[in-house]
Amino acid sequence: MSKDESTSSRTTVAGWYDLFSRGARDWLRHNDKVREAVRAHLPEAIAGGDVLSGGTKTIRVPVRMLEHYHFRLRTPEEQQGVGQGAAKPGDQLGQPGAAPASGKGGGGRNDGGFEFLLEFKVDDIVDWLWEEMKLPNLRARAGRAEEADWTREGWDRRGARSRLDRRRSMRESIKRREVQPADAPRFTDDDLRFRQLTKREQPATQAVVFFLMDVSASMSDRDRQLAKSFFFWAVQGLRRQYRYLDTVFVAHTTEAWEFNEEEFFKVSGSGGTVTSSGLKKVREIMSARFDPSRYNVYLFYASDGDNASSDRADAEAALDDIAALANYTGYLEISTTSQSRLNSECGTLFKALADGGKPAASFAISRFEDIWDAVRHFFQHQAAGEST
Amino acid sequence: MSKQQWRELLPRIEELASRAGLQYNPVDFEAVPASFMMEIAVYGLPVRMPHWSFGVRYISQLIQHRMGHSRLFEVVFPGNPGHAYLAAGNSLAENMLVAAHVLGHADFSRNNMLFHNSQQQVGDHIVEQAASHARQITMAVEEHGLQRVELVLDAALALEQHIDVDRRVQRERYPEYEAPEAESPEDAFSKRFASLTPDSAARESGPKLKRAPIPPHPERDLLWFIANYAPELEGWERDIFLAVREESFYFHPVHATQIMNEGWASYWHARLLREADFLPQAAYVDAIKCHSDVVRPIAGGEKVALGINPYHLGFSMWEDIVEREGMDAARRIMHEDDDVSFVHNHLNAELAAKLQLFRFEAEASGSVKVLNTDLDALHEVIVGPKYNFGAPSVSASHVRVDGTLELSHDHKVDGRGIDVERAKRVLGYIERVWRRPVILHTVDSHGAAFDLSASTAPAATG
Repeated sequence: MSKDESTSSRTTVAGWYDLFSRGARDWLRHNDKVREAVRAHLPEAIAGGDVLSGGTKTIRVPVRMLEHYHFRLRTPEEQQGVGQGAAKPGDQLGQPGAAPASGKGGGGRNDGGFEFLLEFKVDDIVDWLWEEMKLPNLRARAGRAEEADWTREGWDRRGARSRLDRRRSMRESIKRREVQPADAPRFTDDDLRFRQLTKREQPATQAVVFFLMDVSASMSDRDRQLAKSFFFWAVQGLRRQYRYLDTVFVAHTTEAWEFNEEEFFKVSGSGGTVTSSGLKKVREIMSARFDPSRYNVYLFYASDGDNASSDRADAEAALDDIAALANYTGYLEISTTSQSRLNSECGTLFKALADGGKPAASFAISRFEDIWDAVRHFFQHQAAGEST
Repeated sequence: MSKQQWRELLPRIEELASRAGLQYNPVDFEAVPASFMMEIAVYGLPVRMPHWSFGVRYISQLIQHRMGHSRLFEVVFPGNPGHAYLAAGNSLAENMLVAAHVLGHADFSRNNMLFHNSQQQVGDHIVEQAASHARQITMAVEEHGLQRVELVLDAALALEQHIDVDRRVQRERYPEYEAPEAESPEDAFSKRFASLTPDSAARESGPKLKRAPIPPHPERDLLWFIANYAPELEGWERDIFLAVREESFYFHPVHATQIMNEGWASYWHARLLREADFLPQAAYVDAIKCHSDVVRPIAGGEKVALGINPYHLGFSMWEDIVEREGMDAARRIMHEDDDVSFVHNHLNAELAAKLQLFRFEAEASGSVKVLNTDLDALHEVIVGPKYNFGAPSVSASHVRVDGTLELSHDHKVDGRGIDVERAKRVLGYIERVWRRPVILHTVDSHGAAFDLSASTAPAATG
C-alpha cells in the first residue's frame, strides 16, 4: 500500500537490514559497469569541452544510466491509456512538449533512463589513456639538471628518536636473545637502530610548460575551447612524468600578457597577430623564473596559423632561441577547414625548426575528436625524439 | 501514543476479520525503517539476488522518494506464515488501516486460484527461498567470479517474464523420441514395397524410433528451455536460471491480479475499520483520511488523471459487486478470476460512467486527446499490459543442427513488432549463455518478416 505525499518520517529500528543497503551495493556495481563502459570509449566520452569543469583532480562525465534490456513491443506512435475524471471525448489535455503519459498499467518496470554525472579521477583517466593509446612515458633530460635531496640510506646505532626503526630494532633484540640466557632483558640500547639520511644528487624532476595562445580576433570561442581541451590533456600527460610541474599561460595578439589559468581561456583580444611578441614573453619569463638548467621546459603554441609576414624574421629568431633551451616545442594549429593545414605562416616556422633537427612537432586539428590524435602525435613524437 | 499500541490492537482487528469471514494464514508483522521498505519494493522480495539492474531501480526510487512522490505503508508476502512489513514511521491510525489491509491481502493470496496454484508449486516460503537463492548466487560469485555470474543473471533476469504458467514449475524434459507412428495400412502398395528389399523384414521387426525435434512445439518458457537445452550450460549456471524462474512463478500472480488484490485489500481495510469500535475516535478519523488518500483516483488539485489508480478501480469494483451480488458471489469471483477476467466481467458500463473512465491517446509531442468511453475498448486498454506477464509473445521454435537457437515473435498475437534495439541486446545476453548463435524471427515496422540477431546492423533493422 502506498500513497502520494510529500513528507516522510525517519525512524531508526535496529535490525539486520540496518547493517547494509543492498540497493546501494547494486547501485555501486552499476556505476562500476558504467565506468567500464566509459573506459571502453574513453576518448569519445571525454572529448567534449564540458568535461573539464570539475576542478583539476576529477572530471565529471555525463553518462546515462544503463538499461537492463527486456523484450518489448515497439512503441507505437500514439500510446493509448485509460484516464479518469471530468473529460469529454474530443477534449485536448496536456500541452505539446510535456512528457507523454505512459500507458503502462502497473508493470512497475522502470529501468531508469536519466542522465547523471559520474566523477572520474583525472589520474586514472590519464593512466587509461596512456595505456589505451600506448603512449610512451616521457624521459626527463638526463645529466643536465641536478638536484640535491635527502634520501634514506642505511642504519646506525645512534640517531634521533623520530627515526627509530622499530622493526629493525626488534629483529636485533630477537637475534641477541637467541644466544643469551632466557632472563636477558628484552631491549638494550645496543638493539636500537636508527634510519640514516644522506644528501644525494638527483636528476631534476621539475618541469615547466608554457602554453602560448594566439587570442587575436581570428580565434573564435570554439577555437579557444579546442586549445583548452588539448592543453588540459597535455598538462595531465606531463604531470605523469614530473613531480613538480609549473604551468605558465601566455596570450598574445600584437602584444603578449601572462595570465592565470582561469583568465587565460576567457581572454579575447582584437587586432592582428605578432607571434614573436608571444615568444619573447615566454623567453622573458623563462629567464626570470625558470632557469633551463634546473627545469625541463616545454612549449605548446596554439594558433590559427596566421602571423604578420613582416614578423617572420623576428619570430624565427625568438623561436630558435627558445628551442635551443627547451626539451620540446609543439605547435597546434586550429583550423576550421582541413585544407592548407600547416602551410600557414606559423606552420612554416615550426617546420623549419623540426627540419633543423630540433625537437619540435606540429599538428592540425579542427574538431574535438582530433584532440586525442594530437595528444598521441605530440607524445609519441617527443619520446621518439628523446630516445634518439 | 505508544509505538507498540498497534501491536496490542492487532488481535482485535484479526478477530473482526475472522468474524467477517476472511480466511488467511497467520501473518508475521514487522515494523521496518523506510529505507528498508523501499528496498523491499525495489527488489520485490525482502532478500533477493544481487544484480546491478536492481541498483538502477533503487536509485530511481530513491530520487522519486526524495522528490516526495510516494510513501510506502506496507509490503506483504504470501506464505504460511505470511510476512508483512510495516513502515516504522506509520502512525497508530495508519497501522490499524495497514493491518486490516494486510489481512485482506492474506485472505486473497490464500484463496485466489492463481496464488493458490503458484504456492502449491513454489511452496509457502517464498521469502525464505528467495533468501536462499540470494545466498546461492553469492556463493557462485565467490566461486566463479562476479563477471561470469553477472552474464548469467543478465540473461536470466532479462527473460524473467518468459515462463509458461500453464505448465508446472517442476517439468520433465521433452520425451527423447517421438511416439511410434500408427501401423501403416496393409494396402497392396505397402505389401509390394515391403517385399522389394530382402532385408526389409528385419528392419521392420523393431519399433521405429525417431528422435523428437527440440523443442517439439514452440516453447514459451524460455528460462526452462535454456536451463535444460543450452548446449554448454554449466550446472551452476542452470541453477541460476531455475532460481530466477522459480521467483517468476511467484511474481506472476502478483502481477496478474494487482487490481483485484489491491482492491480487495482496500475494500476490507475500509470495512473492518468501520466496524472497529475499539479505535480511539481521533485515530479512526485519521485512518479514514489515510484510506481516502490511498484510493484517491485523481491527484489533489487535478481534474483528471491520465492513468488509473489500481487501488481505486479495484476498490470501486468490489464495492459494486458486493452491493449488487452479495459477499458470497464476491468471494467466488475473488477465488476464480484474474485481472483480465475480473475487468472484462465486472467493470460494467454504469460503473465506468460513474468512475468517469475515458480512453485517451497520447502523442510523442505530449498532446493528449480524449477518445471515447467505449466499454470494450476501455477493458482492452486496462488489461492490455496484463497479457502474457506483460511481455511480448516470444517462444523458442527451433534448434538448428549447428546449435543455433531460433526464437519466434508472434506479432499477430501482440498486434505489432518488437522493439528492435532492445531485442538485439537481449539476444546478446542469451547468446552468452546459449554459446551458439541466437536469432529472432519477427517483423519490421512495415510488417515484413525478418530475422534479427545480436549483430544485426542498425541500418538493416528499419
